[in-house]
Amino acid sequence: MQDQNNGNGEARTGAQAFEIKVGLAEMLKGGVIMDVTTPDQAKLAEDSGAAAVMALERVPSDIRKDGGVARMCAIEIIEGIQRSVSIPVMAKVRIGHFSEAQVLESLGVDFIDESEVLTPADDAHHIDKAPFRSPFVCGARDLGEALRRIGEGAAMIRTKGEAGSGNIVEAVRHLRQVIGDIRTLAAARGDEIFARAKELRAPVDLVRYVAEHGALPVPNFAAGGIATPADAALCMSLGAEAVFVGSGIFKSEDPAARARSVVHATTHWREPGEVLNASRGLGAAMEGIELETLAESERLANRGW
Amino acid sequence: MGSPRVGILAIQGDVEAHAAAVRGVGAIPVRVLREKDLDGLAALILPGGESTTITKGMDRLGLWQPLAEFANGGRPILGTCAGAILMAREVEHHPVQTLSLIDVTARRNAYGTQVDSFAAQVDPGGADRLSGFRCVFIRAPQLRRPGPEVEVLARVAGEAVLVQQGRCLAATFHPELSEDRRVHRLLLELAD
Repeated sequence: MQDQNNGNGEARTGAQAFEIKVGLAEMLKGGVIMDVTTPDQAKLAEDSGAAAVMALERVPSDIRKDGGVARMCAIEIIEGIQRSVSIPVMAKVRIGHFSEAQVLESLGVDFIDESEVLTPADDAHHIDKAPFRSPFVCGARDLGEALRRIGEGAAMIRTKGEAGSGNIVEAVRHLRQVIGDIRTLAAARGDEIFARAKELRAPVDLVRYVAEHGALPVPNFAAGGIATPADAALCMSLGAEAVFVGSGIFKSEDPAARARSVVHATTHWREPGEVLNASRGLGAAMEGIELETLAESERLANRGW
Repeated sequence: MGSPRVGILAIQGDVEAHAAAVRGVGAIPVRVLREKDLDGLAALILPGGESTTITKGMDRLGLWQPLAEFANGGRPILGTCAGAILMAREVEHHPVQTLSLIDVTARRNAYGTQVDSFAAQVDPGGADRLSGFRCVFIRAPQLRRPGPEVEVLARVAGEAVLVQQGRCLAATFHPELSEDRRVHRLLLELAD
C-alpha cells in the first residue's frame, strides 16, 4: 500500500512525519493554550493572545463536579470553535480510544490530547499515535511515563498536574520530577542506560537520547491546576516551555482580564515586575481544591499507565 | 570586531530553534522584547509562532514603531511563517496588523490545518545557493501577488516560499527547524 502524500510533499511516515508534528509543538512554545467550551470563549481566548485553544464540552472542574463518563467533545462544538478562530484548535480523546482520535483527525483538529481528564477507554493500552497525521500531546508525572508516551508517538508532553483543582502543587511536583529525572539521566555513564531504561520502563533509544541531550525529544509543557499569572510564571521558571490553562480562565471572575494576564506572565516570566503588573485587577481566581481532601480515586492524574 | 548579534523577537514561538540556528552561523542570539533590546543588533528575526499572539504582544509592548524604524534604518529582518505574515503588506483570511515591509499578500493557514502540514524540497530554478533546500511547512501561509520590487528566491510546487525585498526576507517555511543554515547565513550577509 502507498503512504499518504499531500501531492507536493514527501511521504508522511517515520521520522519526517514526527518532525512535522513536533514542529507545531515548537510553534506553541512561550504560549498559553486555553480550555474553551464555546466559539465565544474561543474568540475571547484568541483576542487575549492565546497560542491555541482546547475545545471541550465541560472544563475539568465541571467534569469533576458533574461526575459520570467524560467523553470526546461533541463534533458541533469543535466545528463551531474551528470556524471562529485562526489559532490551532486542540481536542481531547479518552486514553486508548483510537476511534475517537480517528474522528478528530478526520475533522482536521490541529492537536489531539489523549487525556486523563476524560474517562479512560482502555485500562492497559494507550493509543498507538505514530500512524496518525495529527500530532498528540499526553500527560506525564515522571520521565518514564513521558518516554512511554513519546515511544507511542506523542509529539508533546505536558505535566498531568491535577486538572480542575485550581491547585498548582501537582503540576509543580510533576515538572520537578520530569526535569529532575532528566538531570539525573544526563549524568549517567553510557553503560548505565540499559538499567535506567528498565527502571524507567521506557524504550532504550529514547533513554539514550535524553542522556545525550539532557532534554526530551519533544517540547515539555505544564498543565493541571494553573489559575494565576504567577502560577504560569512558576511553571515557566521550573522549565516548562508553555502552559495549558483549563478551568482557571473561565471559572474566574473576569475571564478576559485573567486570560490576558496569564499570556503576559508567560511571555515575561523572567521579569517579576511584569508578573506583578499582570497580577493586578484580576478579580477572584477560580475556587481551588485542597488536594488532601481529594481521595486517590478522585485524582485524575492516577489515570494512564 | 566580535561576532554579530542577531535579535529574535521573543513574545511567543520557536525562539530557541532560531537561537540555535543563529549560533550555528557564528552569531550571538539576543532575545528582543523591548525597544532597547534592538540596540547594536546586526539583524532581527521574527520567529514562527502564532501571528495573533505575537501581534497582541507587539501592541502591548509598543514595538510596531521601533521595528519599523529598525527596518527603515537598513538593518535586515528575516521572518519565518508567522514572522513572514508580519512582514507582508496585506493579510487575507483572518487578517492581523503587519509591519508592511514586503509587497506581498499573505494568506494565513493557506494549506489547511496541521494534518495538511508537510515537508518538501524547493523547486529547481530558484536561487542557486538555495537549491535542494528542504522546507518544513507548519500550518503555513502563502505569499501571493508579489510586487515589482519583490524577488522570489525559492518556490515549492510553484508557490513562492522565500521572498526578498531590499534587506527583508520572508519565508513561509521554517529554516530554523532544519540543520541547513543557508537562509540564516543569507540574513547575516545582508547585514554586511
